[in-house]
Amino acid sequence: MKEIDELNLPGDIYYSKEHEWAAKDGDIIRIGISDYAQDQLGDIVFVELPEPGTHFDRDEEFGTLESVKAVSEIYLPVSGEIVAVNSELEDAPELLNEDPYLNWIVEVRPTDIDQYDELLSKDDYVAMLKG
Amino acid sequence: MTESEKLKTTALHASHLACNANMAEFGGYDMPLWYPSGTKAEHLAVINRAGLFDTSHMAVITVAGDGAFDLLQHGFTRDLRHCQGKSGGPLTAGSSVYGLFLRSDGTVLDDAIIGQLGAERYMIVVNSGMGEVVSDHLRECAESEVKITDYTDKLGKIDLQGPASARILQTLLGDPEQVLDDMGYFNFKGDIFPGGSDPLELKDGTRVILSRTGYTGEFGFELFTEKAQVLDLWNSLLTAGEPFGLLPCGLAARDSLRAGAMLPLSHQDIGDWLFGHTPWSFVLPWNSAGDGWTKTFIGADQLQEGSRDYTYGFAGYDPRKIGISGDSEVQDDSGAAIGTILTCTTDMAIGRVAEQIFSSATPASKGRPDSFQPRGLCCGFIRVERSCEVGEQVWLVEGKRKLKVEIRQSIRPDRTARVSMARMRTS
Repeated sequence: MKEIDELNLPGDIYYSKEHEWAAKDGDIIRIGISDYAQDQLGDIVFVELPEPGTHFDRDEEFGTLESVKAVSEIYLPVSGEIVAVNSELEDAPELLNEDPYLNWIVEVRPTDIDQYDELLSKDDYVAMLKG
Repeated sequence: MTESEKLKTTALHASHLACNANMAEFGGYDMPLWYPSGTKAEHLAVINRAGLFDTSHMAVITVAGDGAFDLLQHGFTRDLRHCQGKSGGPLTAGSSVYGLFLRSDGTVLDDAIIGQLGAERYMIVVNSGMGEVVSDHLRECAESEVKITDYTDKLGKIDLQGPASARILQTLLGDPEQVLDDMGYFNFKGDIFPGGSDPLELKDGTRVILSRTGYTGEFGFELFTEKAQVLDLWNSLLTAGEPFGLLPCGLAARDSLRAGAMLPLSHQDIGDWLFGHTPWSFVLPWNSAGDGWTKTFIGADQLQEGSRDYTYGFAGYDPRKIGISGDSEVQDDSGAAIGTILTCTTDMAIGRVAEQIFSSATPASKGRPDSFQPRGLCCGFIRVERSCEVGEQVWLVEGKRKLKVEIRQSIRPDRTARVSMARMRTS
């Protein structure tokens, strides 16, 4: 398992306590899982994605990741409507292990953009990981 | 990591850490769950090439002395006079047998492989942390003089598993023909215990017990050696295996491989409950009519009364699985709870084409489509309160998550464990 200082944690995106990342692109926010999450999970063998058009509240479960070790829920870090899902993951779930940032999971149109700024910066996230 | 400081470690622990294995507690030991190559690659390596496992956490006991046979014949579920091959021959020196140690109430203390070293001398391999428990149990059951010794902390064990295992191993043997040619499934060679007269030495002088057994359902070996030799043996095998694509493998791959091979995990799939209707009833000493036993043994009377529950293997329809918790259960089509989930994992080498399960090792001649790319199937064991038919579908449920699975007699096809040595040495 990676040490915290070995993790790839880009500084230009935000993180959630549940180890998702969020990146704003215009009025859309892309969501994925952090390098920490994929490293902890191990090989991801199945990704269950939501239907586009579905609305989820902040911290609501919007899908699941199956790793060899466990079934893990993924939580939406901001309230909003799913506008796109990365369906490539359905056939190649291992992409999340290979590059968890290039391979986003969903795109969300947020209902309250302020929630984005309430997420953790890289430094806050690292501090949380170090406990 | 105060937690891991209390855990036991194997002779390979530093080596696992040095190559960045993902470690976790198992059976009181800090063990590798997977290496950086990941569980899927490790699982597939064992199916298609070979994998190397540190299994030094498993316990090794010897039982010797005039009452050794009688003790095991009474304490173990297999009839040691009739347990070899189709003809039911006796256990002999250099052969071994899988079975159970039951408590007098018919519940499972542990499963074990017993190998006969010589007249009234046996080695017993039991699960992690069980060396002392099983030793104590046997001492209590012994009616005459036997010497029971727990060698767990003096030995290490490495499992070399997968179709390339013989080709890898023979590069370390001085005379591979002599060692391997007559080695059938569940045979072993070498006796490194005190008093043993017939050690097996590798080319470099390492003394080993070499056993054609394993816990993956695939062709391969278990190698036992003195603790001080384990690291060198591990490194020699890794080097010898490199041209064959050998990967070090962790416990996660071991678990998914054994589940796909329908092998139980002791204390999870069999355990502290009456051993009854299971896929493993072959461990009991059935008479030819199938209605009683060929010998008396500890726990027999309770088994005769019969268990009221049923254990089955299952396979799902995709890689999704169900977490096992206090909330998870097995339901029938009407939504009624009928039992619990014992094991649920993903065999990543298999997939369904229409309804049929294929493995990445299934030859094209057996109908595997050229385009077959396994995505894995959820599989494992359930324990339910009524009998089920093979092919029957039941639901695994945890909270709002629900998976349909099929009761199976066998899960991963085209396993290699029993393929002949001659074929495995050359193919």
